[in-house]
Amino acid sequence: MSNIPAELRYAATHEWARLEEDGTVTVGITDHAQDALGDVVFVELPELGIDIQAGSEAGVVESVKAASDIYAPVSGTVIAINEALEEAPETINEDPYGSGWFFKLRPLDKAELDELLDAEGYGEVAESESH
Amino acid sequence: MTERTPLYAEHLAAGAKMVDFHGWDMPLHYGSQVEEHHVVRKAAGMFDVSHMTVVDVDGSDAGDWLRRLLANDVAKLEASGRALYSAMLNEDGGILDDLIAYRRDGSWRLVVNSATREADLAWMAAQRRGDVVLTERPDLAMIAVQGPHALARAGKWLGDAAAAVQGLKPFGFVEAGDRFIARTGYTGEDGFEVILPGDEAAAAWQTLLAAGVAPAGLGARDTLRLEAGLNLYGQDMDETATPLESNLAWTVAFKPPERDFIGRAALTRQREQGVPRRLVGVKLEARGVLRRGQQLSYDGRVIGELTSGAFSPTLGAGIGFARIAADVDAEQLQVDMRGKALPVARVKLPFVRRGEGA
Repeated sequence: MSNIPAELRYAATHEWARLEEDGTVTVGITDHAQDALGDVVFVELPELGIDIQAGSEAGVVESVKAASDIYAPVSGTVIAINEALEEAPETINEDPYGSGWFFKLRPLDKAELDELLDAEGYGEVAESESH
Repeated sequence: MTERTPLYAEHLAAGAKMVDFHGWDMPLHYGSQVEEHHVVRKAAGMFDVSHMTVVDVDGSDAGDWLRRLLANDVAKLEASGRALYSAMLNEDGGILDDLIAYRRDGSWRLVVNSATREADLAWMAAQRRGDVVLTERPDLAMIAVQGPHALARAGKWLGDAAAAVQGLKPFGFVEAGDRFIARTGYTGEDGFEVILPGDEAAAAWQTLLAAGVAPAGLGARDTLRLEAGLNLYGQDMDETATPLESNLAWTVAFKPPERDFIGRAALTRQREQGVPRRLVGVKLEARGVLRRGQQLSYDGRVIGELTSGAFSPTLGAGIGFARIAADVDAEQLQVDMRGKALPVARVKLPFVRRGEGA
C-alpha cells in the first residue's frame, strides 16, 4: 500500500499539492505514481515565472518504464523549481513528498485546492489503478 | 493463469515487483532496477531465467540435424563442453528465434526463448529428420550469475567445480553432478549461467544471496543487454528480419558452402541483391530517454525506427538499437521524441564493454 499523507490534496493525474504557510503551493508526484513509474531517470521542469492553468502540462517525468506528463493541480505562477532533480532524479523515488518536490506556485485562487481530491479520494483512484 | 518458476517464493522474499512476462510471473525489479544494473556492472548480481526453455537433443543424427536447423554451424564445436550462439531461421531467412546450442558428450542441449517456446517446439518437430529425439526439460531451473565479482562470490557455492568454471573460456561449460555451468550471459559482464534441477534452485539462490550476489530483475537485464549490444528476440529481431538485417551476420556460417541450413538460399539471395536494412546502435545527444518505436530521420527523410530504447545507467544517456535503411551512412541522425526532433549519433556496439563506456 502506498503512502498518501492526509494533509495533502491530490489530482487524479497523480500530483500532490501542499498549501504552505506563506500561501504558496508546492507540487510533486505521489508515492503511488513513483512506484508505478519505477526508477525516475530524467525530469523536465516548468520554466520559472510562467503562468500555468490547472490541468495543463507543467513538465515531464521519464522513468525506466515510460514518459509521463506532469499537470498543474491548480492555476498560478511558477515561483520555484527543484533544480536538484536534474542531477538527482532518483530523489523522486526516494522522497516523493519531501525533497522530491517539483515546483512551487503562487496560486491564482486558493479555492481551487478545495476542488482537488483528499487523501481518501485519491486512495480510491490509486487503488483502482493497482488492479 | 501465469506460470511460476521454482524461485517464485525467493522473489517475494526479496521484495520483488512481479510482472506477467509472456505468461510467466517474473521479477521486474527488487526496488530499483537502476541499482541492480550498477551492482551487476560493478560487483555481482543474479537473475532467475528459469522461464527459458531447455530442449535436449539426442540421437545419432542430432549433430547433422542441428547443422540444417541452425544458421550458425555446430560443427565449429569440435569437442563437448563448448557452446555457440545461433539464429534459427525459416525458409525466407526470417528469424524464428535465437538460442544457444551446447555440445555435450554424445548429445546436445538447446536453450531457447520462453516467449517463442510453442512455435519453436512445433518448428523443430516439423523439421525433425532421422534419429533425432527432442526432450523438453521443464524440470530444470536456470540462474544467471553475472558481474566482475560473480565467480569470486559464487566460489563457495561452486565448490569443487570452482576451478573448472574459472578455467572456462567464454561459451565453455562443465557438468558437475546435476549442475550444468556455462560461461555465458546476457549482460556483457563476466559470470556464468547454471542449469540445475528445479528443486535445488531455491537452495542455490539462498547460498548465492548469502555470499553477496544481489537479486536483479528483468528491468536491469534489459538495460544490461542493451548496453552490451545484445539483441532481444521479438524486439530487435523477428520473422520479418534476417540476421543480415539484425547485426547478426557474424552468427551465420556460410562456410562450408555445401551445408544446406534452413534459410540459406534466402540469405544468399539477399546478400547478392543487397541487404536493404541494418540494425545499428544509437545514442541520444540530448537529455532524455530513447524508446522503442521512435522514428529516426536523416535529411528530412524517415529512415527507420528504434527497435529497443532505454536510459543507460552506465552512460547516463538514452541509448537504443534502430533498424535503418542500409544506404544511410551518416553518423548524425535525428529522433522524433514526442514531437521534438533531437540529435542522435550512431555508436559502434557494444555501448559498454566490461563495465566501461566504449
